[in-house]
Amino acid sequence: MSTASAAQPNSFRTGPDEHGRFGIFGGRFVAETLMPLILEVEKAYAAAKADPTFADEMEYYRAHYIGRPSPLYFAERLTRELGGAKIYMKRDELNHTGSHKINNCVGQILLARRMGKTRIIAETGAGQHGVATATVCALFNLPCTVYMGATDIARQQPNVFRMKLLGAEVVPVHSGTATLKDAMNEALRDWVANVENTFYIIGTAAGPHPYPTMVRDFQSVIGVETREQILAAEGRLPDTLVACIGGGSNAIGLFHPFLDDREVEIIGVEAGGDGVETGRHAASLTGGRPGVLHGNRTYLLQNDDGQIIDAHSISAGLDYPGIGPEHSWLHEMKRVKYVSATDQEALDAFQMLARIEGIIPALEPAHALGYVRKLAPTRAREQIIIMNLCGRGDKDIFAVAERLGTKL
Amino acid sequence: MSTRIEKRFGELRAAGRGGLVVFVTAGDPTYEVSREILLGLPKSGADLIEIGMPFTDPMADGPAIQASSLRALKSGQNMKKTLQLVREFRAKDAATPIVLMGYYNPIYSYGVDRFLADAGKAGVDGLIIVDLPPEEDEELCLPAMKAGLNFIRLATPTTDDIRLPTVLNNTSGFVYYVSIMGITGTRSASDADIAAAVGRLKRHTDLPIAVGFGISTPERAAAVARVADAAVVGSAVVNRIAAALDANGVPTPHAASSALDLVKSLAAGVRAARA
Ligand SMILES: Cc1ncc(COP(=O)(O)O)c(C=O)c1O
Repeated sequence: MSTASAAQPNSFRTGPDEHGRFGIFGGRFVAETLMPLILEVEKAYAAAKADPTFADEMEYYRAHYIGRPSPLYFAERLTRELGGAKIYMKRDELNHTGSHKINNCVGQILLARRMGKTRIIAETGAGQHGVATATVCALFNLPCTVYMGATDIARQQPNVFRMKLLGAEVVPVHSGTATLKDAMNEALRDWVANVENTFYIIGTAAGPHPYPTMVRDFQSVIGVETREQILAAEGRLPDTLVACIGGGSNAIGLFHPFLDDREVEIIGVEAGGDGVETGRHAASLTGGRPGVLHGNRTYLLQNDDGQIIDAHSISAGLDYPGIGPEHSWLHEMKRVKYVSATDQEALDAFQMLARIEGIIPALEPAHALGYVRKLAPTRAREQIIIMNLCGRGDKDIFAVAERLGTKL
Repeated sequence: MSTRIEKRFGELRAAGRGGLVVFVTAGDPTYEVSREILLGLPKSGADLIEIGMPFTDPMADGPAIQASSLRALKSGQNMKKTLQLVREFRAKDAATPIVLMGYYNPIYSYGVDRFLADAGKAGVDGLIIVDLPPEEDEELCLPAMKAGLNFIRLATPTTDDIRLPTVLNNTSGFVYYVSIMGITGTRSASDADIAAAVGRLKRHTDLPIAVGFGISTPERAAAVARVADAAVVGSAVVNRIAAALDANGVPTPHAASSALDLVKSLAAGVRAARA
């Protein structure tokens, strides 16, 4: 259906075009009620981007509140254990609130304030974006409503309690599969009803233009720091970058500053669930095709009739039937390679990192590690792999204990 | 050549009354009951019919229409069957305009050109696609116009005077005014707000104005039909269908007639509105 004339562009970093498209992907597929606001967000974001005081504010909160830059850590024991390429980890799990999600939330809430919005809504899957949103809302004293699928509420209890402690209202969503996509539907319904005063902080690099671009820009701090840090540590760029993909925000944040360094191999790891061949997975690029959902055209898990198919993953943060539009484009351009890791591979990697490096990762980046475990031994010792350790695993210990048959 | 939609609004104008537009979801609760309802709509007083194309993720719809979409999908409805339903209707009724309403993905998945060809052949008159604003006109709106189908746009309270011309450009058939900010079947707007909005739209366009969202009783429908060219009722009819299912979700024998009874009372309200 999508004609992938893979004529390579001069640069992979110039998108989107003025219609918010990356090739055929992206766009603004939203109800008319939202359209004026979407255009307003686009204008306000362009103005903020051009305003040095916005950059200064971002820099202030990054340094003093989030705790950036996050370290780029050489995982020496893991490297030895796997017996191949050198493995570095970008430690975004050390950020305040425990994941990369806060990078984006600080940016969006500063924008919401500039626009004079007085109420914040968000969707969340694993709860990390919900916690990060509730956190910045507490900081800036704005009321916050977080939509979360009832299934996810059950498997991410610690984050639900965190959000409540931070003063947010958590609204359980029972429609559909009661996971991330349904939470996003519900957040959009709220937004349609409350456009005048409400700003929707979308948690991943998806949704209508300008969200995919805005979220990418806010998350690109990951890749910008990584570039400087690896040059300082090794005097050269890495051979390979690896990141997990739910909607694709931590991945695009790491990847984007490297897209035009053609010698750097870039790999996105989708959630393979029980295995892509079983049909029970969340690998939109590997197992889906282009369609339109949640404001953008992108690869989606869907049946022959264009109905959205439920995603399946042990990780609530990856359990989404779509992916950000820029990834769909990078996939068709073949600039980024997309693979998948299964639930079991992620669980194994989760435990391995805890024992070997003393780091309990979130289940989401455990998927990236699941792939790195297979990749590193096949690569020469001089090679450098950097993976995005974009979240810590505190939120997951109950779900993992259950999978391992341990009662807490 | 004027379309069925233009003709119907011409007739309504000549009769000096507002019209009743009824929304039902194709295949809700089953194909058979849905067909029975559709075939009964014209003589129950529906002047135009909107047929919802079911979608798993209807982002702009409230719980009633979400549920109806899922019921239809569960009973096996798909785009082919929706077009089949229109074909069966058209074989019995050559005059009542049919507008397909829904979201873009099932059409995109079916293939835009193939969809427009098949919809035209089946007897579809117009399209309302919730998630295709004017910014995305090249996707479906322009090809639909070329194929001779009306592309009916939604205008909302957030569509200000600056944006209105953008929304009205490439709109044909009628304009659907969404009278509230929000999803279907949840709130309703005041008569004064609706009258003001219709007046504002009329200053920008000669197209008929249908007003929907939150209209559930004959009284509300009558009030709207007094100031607008038509009143659209969706969730209330769909709720009637839901209420006529047994505990297992199986339609009881009066599912169709109970929905049609509601339509009759709504039609009576609309017809008496300007009397
Ligand atoms: C730690 C962590 N990593 C990754 C993700 C997936 O999102 P994205 O692909 O946008 O980075 C989530 C989402 O909840 C998360 O919590």
